[in-house]
Amino acid sequence: MKKVMRTIWLRTRTTGGVLLAALLLSVNAHGANSLDTIIIDRGVDEPIRIAVAPFAITAASAADAAALRDLSNPADIIAFDLARSGQFDPMAKENMLSFPSQSSEVFFRDWRILKTAYLVIGSIEALGDRSIRVSFELYDVAGRRQLQVQEYLIAVDQWRDAAHQIADIVYTEITGVRGAFATKIMYVLAQDSGTPQARYRLEIADTDGQRARTLFSSPQPILSASWAPDGRRVAYVSFETGRPSIILQDVDGPYREQLTSFRGINGSPVFSPNGQELAMVLSRDGDPEIFIMNLATRKLRRITRHRSIDTEPSWSPDGERLIFTSDRGGRPQIYQVELATNFIERLTFVGDYNARARLLPDGQHLVFVHRREGVFHIAWQDLQRDNLLVLTQTNLDESPSLSPNGSMLIYATQYQGRGILSVVSIDGRVKYRLPSSLGDVREPAWSPFLDNVVD
Amino acid sequence: MLSSNRLSGLIALLLAAAVIGGCSSTATAPVEQQEPVSEPPVAAAPLEEAEEPADFADDGVTPIDANGRPLSRSFYFEYDASILNPADLAALEMHAQILRRNADKRVVIEGHCDERGTREYNLALGERRANVVMSFLTSAGVRSRQIEAVSFGEERPADPGHSESAWSLNRRAVLSYR
Repeated sequence: MKKVMRTIWLRTRTTGGVLLAALLLSVNAHGANSLDTIIIDRGVDEPIRIAVAPFAITAASAADAAALRDLSNPADIIAFDLARSGQFDPMAKENMLSFPSQSSEVFFRDWRILKTAYLVIGSIEALGDRSIRVSFELYDVAGRRQLQVQEYLIAVDQWRDAAHQIADIVYTEITGVRGAFATKIMYVLAQDSGTPQARYRLEIADTDGQRARTLFSSPQPILSASWAPDGRRVAYVSFETGRPSIILQDVDGPYREQLTSFRGINGSPVFSPNGQELAMVLSRDGDPEIFIMNLATRKLRRITRHRSIDTEPSWSPDGERLIFTSDRGGRPQIYQVELATNFIERLTFVGDYNARARLLPDGQHLVFVHRREGVFHIAWQDLQRDNLLVLTQTNLDESPSLSPNGSMLIYATQYQGRGILSVVSIDGRVKYRLPSSLGDVREPAWSPFLDNVVD
Repeated sequence: MLSSNRLSGLIALLLAAAVIGGCSSTATAPVEQQEPVSEPPVAAAPLEEAEEPADFADDGVTPIDANGRPLSRSFYFEYDASILNPADLAALEMHAQILRRNADKRVVIEGHCDERGTREYNLALGERRANVVMSFLTSAGVRSRQIEAVSFGEERPADPGHSESAWSLNRRAVLSYR
């Protein structure tokens, strides 16, 4: 079932203009479902120049060597993570003058000549029993100093986790913003949609599209998947009984439960920031209304009361407000309800279709689906200043979901007649695509920060 | 098969059926179906053949008209709208008649949308479309326990394409008999 996925940078924009750079990395996929990852545009005018030297790999025995042979070098994974952020310009291996893997081999002059601001080196040692030691160091070339040095003992199958975690440490150290490469994306893969053979899969993959695995599969639609704040459970809507119901399920464990199956819509499950409540939409009382379920007692509290569509709730980071879509004004717009007082106010006024909003971690900015001249884009709005910025240029864009550090936005769109995932930086400048060779992918949900697999 | 008996209306026909006796429970092949109104019984002989017209095809879930043709079960909507097309009202009235006559039959009204717009909002819009059909049927005398509205939003397109023509086929309510 192993399959090598393509990882291609289509275009790299630098200060000098457009440079076509096709860098093919052969990346070992753990599952055949993995998404391709294609960088379309790197928008930062002067990305930070960094070199990630290939990690030295040593294996004491032939068996150890065999265990490592199929794995891609962590340097490739780290460099690709940093490149996708748009804030870094990792140097191609071919341009490096040397491949240091320990501090005694680092000559700052070599890297200064190459105008590299930062250098990452590392090594891997197979220890037998399918365990490996990974170490890495981060250097500030201009300052001629070591910024980080760390070592991990991991199982071979945590190889990619370790690489993403190193990318997070590098990103955090240099930008001051917490890295989110060692997180996950969840999405729906739809195959043969619109035919009797239709098949829907709820999938979870790494942020680079690798290691996709199926959480749940059904001949009936799946939608609106969302993460618990601890990343250990998910909630989603499944039509497996022929009607919509809300399902709560472990990401790794065996637990799976049908939480609601009321007459009518059971939709839009979203965990509260403390994980104790689930906002949802039920139309059991006649029309779609927003409810909050206490997950310990299973008691439902009705939040909206209006003879219109109220749907797509989302929590404010402090858990004190919900934002939601309502057509109570005639057209779908974003509203906000203060949970303590039930005070409702409208948040969007530009355009006649604004829906499925999410708040940024600062609670002051919204991203949502915005229709302009019949075309659906993802837009961003500053709630203080009310200015609206369209972030995406594609069509039929939907389901925006933010990375937990608020720097990137993943959404679903159409490309060449297929449903694909696309990622854009919150400043609208960096873009990459995540298509699947297996079908239409949609409804992405970026995970919260996860516990480090590697310590 | 049992449910293919017409339960309402023409007493004379019912009496005739009672006289004929066991005939009413025989299988109804399409070729045998005749329209009793357009072909009123004039003698005993044609009556024997004029089995009571079925409301459903042999599968028991495909409603048919008096000529044995399947009734249209999909009703289409304009973009972003949930108003019935006046041209569909006659067909919906026939569904209402069949459901009134067959109180043991249940129907699920599926509401569907095209792919434009957000998925959960489309679930709500699909429910509106299903509810409009449900309201029509209940106001036409169908028992509400016979009807259930289920919205699939944009999740189950009739045509998976991305063109205007695909979209117009996908904005629909479908009656699915059980």
